[in-house]
Amino acid sequence: MARALYIHWPFCARKCPYCDFNSHVRAEVDYARWQDALVADMRHEAAPASEDTLTSIFFGGGTPSLMPPALVEALLREAEALWGFAPDIEITLEANPSSVEAARFAALAGAGIDRVSLGLQSLDDEALRFLGRLHDAREGLEALDTAQRHFDRVSFDLIYALPGQSEDSWRDQLSRSLGFGTGHVSLYQLTIEPGTRFATDVRRGTFEPKDADEAGDMYALTHELTEAAGLPAYEISNHARPGEKSRHNLTYWRYSDYAGIGPGAHGRRGGVATQRHRKPENWLAAVARSGHGIADERALGASEQASEALLMGLRLAEGIDLAEIGARSGLAFDTLVEPSKLALYADLGFLHLAGNRVQVTPRGMPLLDALLGEIVASDLVAA
Amino acid sequence: MGAAMTDLTKIRNFSIIAHIDHGKSTLADRLIQVTGGLTDREMSEQVLDNMDIERERGITIKAQTVRLNYTARDGETYELNLMDTPGHVDFAYEVSRSLAACEGALLVVDAAQGVEAQTLANVYQSIEHDHEIVPVINKIDLPAAEPDQVRAEIEDIIGLDASGSWEEGGAVLTSAKSGIGVEDVLEAIVARIPPPKGDRDAPLKAMLVDSWYDPYLGVVILVRVIDGAIRKGQQVRFMQGGTQHLIDRVGAFTPKRTDLPEIGPGEIGFITAQIKEVEQARVGDTITTVKGGAEAPLKGYKEVQPVVFCGLFPVDAADFEKLRESIGKLRLNDASFSYEIESSAALGFGFRAGFLGLLHLEIIQERLSREYDLDLITTAPSVVYRVHLGHTRTEDAKVIEIHNPADWPDVNRIEVVEEPWIKAVIYTPDDYLGAILKLCQDRRGIQTDLTYVGGRAQVSYELPLNEVVFDFYDRLKSISRGYASFDYEQIGSREGDLVKMNILVNNEAVDALSLIVHRSVAEERGRGMCERLKDLIPRHLFKIPIQAAIGGKIIARETIAALRKDVTAKCYGGDITRKKKLLEKQKKGKARMREYGNVSIPQEAFIAALRMGEE
Ligand SMILES: Nc1nc2c(ncn2[C@@H]2O[C@H](COP(=O)(O)OP(=O)(O)OP(=O)(O)O)[C@@H](O)[C@H]2O)c(=O)[nH]1
Ligand SMILES: [Mg+2]
Repeated sequence: MARALYIHWPFCARKCPYCDFNSHVRAEVDYARWQDALVADMRHEAAPASEDTLTSIFFGGGTPSLMPPALVEALLREAEALWGFAPDIEITLEANPSSVEAARFAALAGAGIDRVSLGLQSLDDEALRFLGRLHDAREGLEALDTAQRHFDRVSFDLIYALPGQSEDSWRDQLSRSLGFGTGHVSLYQLTIEPGTRFATDVRRGTFEPKDADEAGDMYALTHELTEAAGLPAYEISNHARPGEKSRHNLTYWRYSDYAGIGPGAHGRRGGVATQRHRKPENWLAAVARSGHGIADERALGASEQASEALLMGLRLAEGIDLAEIGARSGLAFDTLVEPSKLALYADLGFLHLAGNRVQVTPRGMPLLDALLGEIVASDLVAA
Repeated sequence: MGAAMTDLTKIRNFSIIAHIDHGKSTLADRLIQVTGGLTDREMSEQVLDNMDIERERGITIKAQTVRLNYTARDGETYELNLMDTPGHVDFAYEVSRSLAACEGALLVVDAAQGVEAQTLANVYQSIEHDHEIVPVINKIDLPAAEPDQVRAEIEDIIGLDASGSWEEGGAVLTSAKSGIGVEDVLEAIVARIPPPKGDRDAPLKAMLVDSWYDPYLGVVILVRVIDGAIRKGQQVRFMQGGTQHLIDRVGAFTPKRTDLPEIGPGEIGFITAQIKEVEQARVGDTITTVKGGAEAPLKGYKEVQPVVFCGLFPVDAADFEKLRESIGKLRLNDASFSYEIESSAALGFGFRAGFLGLLHLEIIQERLSREYDLDLITTAPSVVYRVHLGHTRTEDAKVIEIHNPADWPDVNRIEVVEEPWIKAVIYTPDDYLGAILKLCQDRRGIQTDLTYVGGRAQVSYELPLNEVVFDFYDRLKSISRGYASFDYEQIGSREGDLVKMNILVNNEAVDALSLIVHRSVAEERGRGMCERLKDLIPRHLFKIPIQAAIGGKIIARETIAALRKDVTAKCYGGDITRKKKLLEKQKKGKARMREYGNVSIPQEAFIAALRMGEE
């Protein structure tokens, strides 16, 4: 069984206008205090743990590349002491491709990080400005180069389907990017999330998001190019060479247990959902008060677990095994989905059915949300 | 109980009639107030409009009767039985019943609006009853009031005297709002409306004017006694219904419910007789005593026939029982609509209900959803068609009546179809006449008359009723900015080239959207429906053809393109909350839709598809 640990570092130098993650800008951070609090929060999660050793750790944010390497190292040491590391453990850190942060890559590698996920976002300066990024294209590419020298495995993110972006310009950019030689890329279409500055911009008419039909075409193009380059999609927005998938993220999508510590982190342990206080100060106060940052801890019902397993699992090209989800949630596996809809959408080429396995085909991938609304059994979803 | 006996010459029975909104109920308020029926503290605006829906919409739906005592300038005290009636054409039957119970009427005319369609319709009915009519020109406080022009209209169009002072037989000028002229109205009633006739010693003969269900009293019956008297403890017989009942309560509304020892000849009042269902107390029946009763019943009312039909289905099929119960309860105190069970392939079980008009349909539907908390799908309104079927090897030729497109017979057997026609009278400022003529023409209308009075036109059209139930009012209102008024009466059936049009969504016929239409307008109507549905049905994962068809022939077609992208790009950090919320929302939305051929059709689409756009 996989056991994954997620550590959330909530601070950013600046908030990006598209980002709805739990990120905050603070003039000063008391690193010593944060280290103590994160260690305490981690210990709380380790206490009820089974014998399993950790198979992956992920530093997400926020901007974890702003963490002092010594802090990263201290947290990793603590995690190893609490759980033990599996021999092939994957330890990833999300990094910003600025020159300042690139300068720390060597130290971070020394602290134990073996994989980075670089927030390149675009190779185009104008697009980077639109996205509110602090780096420019040249700086980003240099950071990528540095990362490739220091870490075994490197992935980077690009955001596409920006307003006004043409299919041709995306084709050029993606083709270039696929030549950088990384084993993994995450390619996200820009979506306007509620509560972000972009949402306000769109409401005010400052710009118009890309029309869904064009975005659908760009999605298909993306799949074509990555497949041809040997990095096929293994998830809605993630592409990897064989053996290069993000093992940490697979834990979520395969709906295995994961511990989540730090502000706003979510976790699942044995059918119990945990959620930490989102605001950094509240989380700190909670840890000081009760030794952990949990704001909400709740046992999930069988149907809720099954529906989460479906929501997550169907994002993966490998799909899900209905019998397995049935067995895990204790529900008859033919009550998890609407059988007539399954047949309909298989006929239409959006799903591939093989025994108890259900896979969303490349054609179905860009329509996953609509498909889920159709095929997940209504009884599973709380009214 | 001799003391309670009222001298016939001191009784006045009258209805207040008018076009909608000319101020009948407000005038009734003032009459109640001035005679002391209610104190100022007990008073509210249009106090007789006591149903929620009446108060909210500011219109009268049900006629109300009150008894007032008025001491006139001659020093005598008179018993006034006032009947406030609704102005809207759909409730014209309420007016006709009230008129049958009276000797006179107050004809209220808005001083700014003048004579309108319903003014005429009601006044003609009143004249048929040989009534003494007292014109009342109301709202003279309005800056736009033109009482002299209205006097002239009353004389020219209706032919009633209106010019002189009210003492000389002219119109009474009032402002029901501010109370001007109210005493004059009362004096005119006493002076001009004749007292009832009646024989106290003759066998009991009472007209059953109205009945309704009261949760405390059971069925309450409004009666007008012609001869004899009605008392508590009497054994009575309903001459048409054939049932016998023991009277257990007798009284009048002043407007508070007041028990009385008897209702004598010429008087109006209420009785109860432990009756559980309004069905048993049919309006228009004659009540007499079991022993020594009258020989022949009074001439009853013309029975009201529903003219507009539609299907009512619960949005959530599981609510059918609740709907059945609610519709039954509503019908208990409102016998004006009819219903029967209907089942639809996709809407499941529901009811086919008949109404007196579109406003009536809307009101009943609204009462069901509000008073009984039901979400309803209303199907396309339809009228009654007489379909002549040819004989087959096993069946003789026959004529059947169809009010549901689902029951439309096989075209090969249809020889002739007849549809109901109406005569419509529309009053309008001439500015809008052109647009109105075009509307009537588009709806297969035949113009029969066009006259001008002042700056207004009165135009008469013969129109097929099925063109009128199809958003005619809405269109008329919008093209005339609400200034045109409309009244109609049925003028019998005529042959028509009518066909059933099916709407196919993803190649499956949606029964709830089927329509009977005239062949000449089928294509246009079909195109309109398809276009509208295209906007109302959300995009699906596959493309959806929407077609209008007559038999196997497609006459209009639209396509809803397939969805191309609908996915959450990022699902990280194990936070599934938003994704789960989205799924819940999707499922909730689906519960409010109906599925045909794998296509989910939102509830609004069923109603909105039938409204043609503004052209
Ligand atoms: N200014 C003015 N407004 C009046 C007068 N009488 C009635 N109204 C207003 O006209 C509107 C309609 O009055 P109602 O008394 O409800 O009219 P109605 O004839 O009973 O209407 P229906 O029963 O729906 O046919 C209300 O807003 C009244 O306040 C009046 O003398 N002057
Ligand atoms: Mg009224």
